[in-house]
Amino acid sequence: MDELIIAGEKFGSRLIMGTGGAPSLEVLDQALAASGTELTTVAMRRLDPGAKGSVLDVLRARGIKVLPNTAGCFTAGEAVLTARLAREALGTNWVKLEVISDERTLLPDPIETFDAAERLVADGFVVLPYIGDDPALARRLEQAGCAAVMPLGAPIGSGLGIRNPHNIELIVEAASVPVILDAGIGTASDAAQAMELGCDAVLLATAVTRARRPDLMAAAMRSAVEAGRLARQAGRIPRRRYAEASSPMTP
Amino acid sequence: MHVTINGAAHEVPDGTTVAQAVQRLTAQTTGVAVAVNDEVVTRGTWETTSLADRDRVEILTAVQGG
Repeated sequence: MDELIIAGEKFGSRLIMGTGGAPSLEVLDQALAASGTELTTVAMRRLDPGAKGSVLDVLRARGIKVLPNTAGCFTAGEAVLTARLAREALGTNWVKLEVISDERTLLPDPIETFDAAERLVADGFVVLPYIGDDPALARRLEQAGCAAVMPLGAPIGSGLGIRNPHNIELIVEAASVPVILDAGIGTASDAAQAMELGCDAVLLATAVTRARRPDLMAAAMRSAVEAGRLARQAGRIPRRRYAEASSPMTP
Repeated sequence: MHVTINGAAHEVPDGTTVAQAVQRLTAQTTGVAVAVNDEVVTRGTWETTSLADRDRVEILTAVQGG
């Protein structure tokens, strides 16, 4: 598959994984291996002295680039501080910017997200903002200097798939930075659809980590992303209302 | 003096440094970041940064998420 390029950095896989929801680090490790991912998100939280093992060790052993997120932040100020702490702790200036509006929907807050994005870009971060499926906001964030945009398919963890494919297409059409479909993926066909719509990559976690067999679902997602990418590049046939014979109609 | 480390109250001697506050929770120094009163304290200055009474110290690391 052709390479994904974000902020000048190349990735052989177009499947970006999250790490939330896995029952253990062992299960997560197997799923990450099966997914073929080269870029994976982690969250920043208060250090727990009793914690056994570290998700960082799992990622490092697999040679997977760490993408810290600002999950759990409700304001631009919290997100900026979390990003700076992640840069300090992990030695990366990449950040998946996530500022949510409320705990019930976990939908991203566009005002706080834009505010934080401007501040983080000015501070030298490579910013990948998680946003609603809003073409206008996606364009504004690209103009503000974000390295990618990450519209949702559906709310985090919902598994509802891509609720507004038309908006995702509009975002893709206008974007010059990578479009990464983030959140809402339930199963492999959703990931394939994201790629068929023209997204450059897919980010998912729950669909894999809470599947009955995370390693199998990870392999399915890997294949789905590759198939969707190939289909996009191949160019699908137009939809028709009636049949069009594929064999000659005259004997 | 009294400081808060990751939300818990701690009684520490005057002159306690950020490095000493971190050591109360963990011996690890990589993969960890510290903020005092919502400002990042870079690792290179942990030894030379002293805490003040009522400081709020946050010690963070990466966990599964997202």
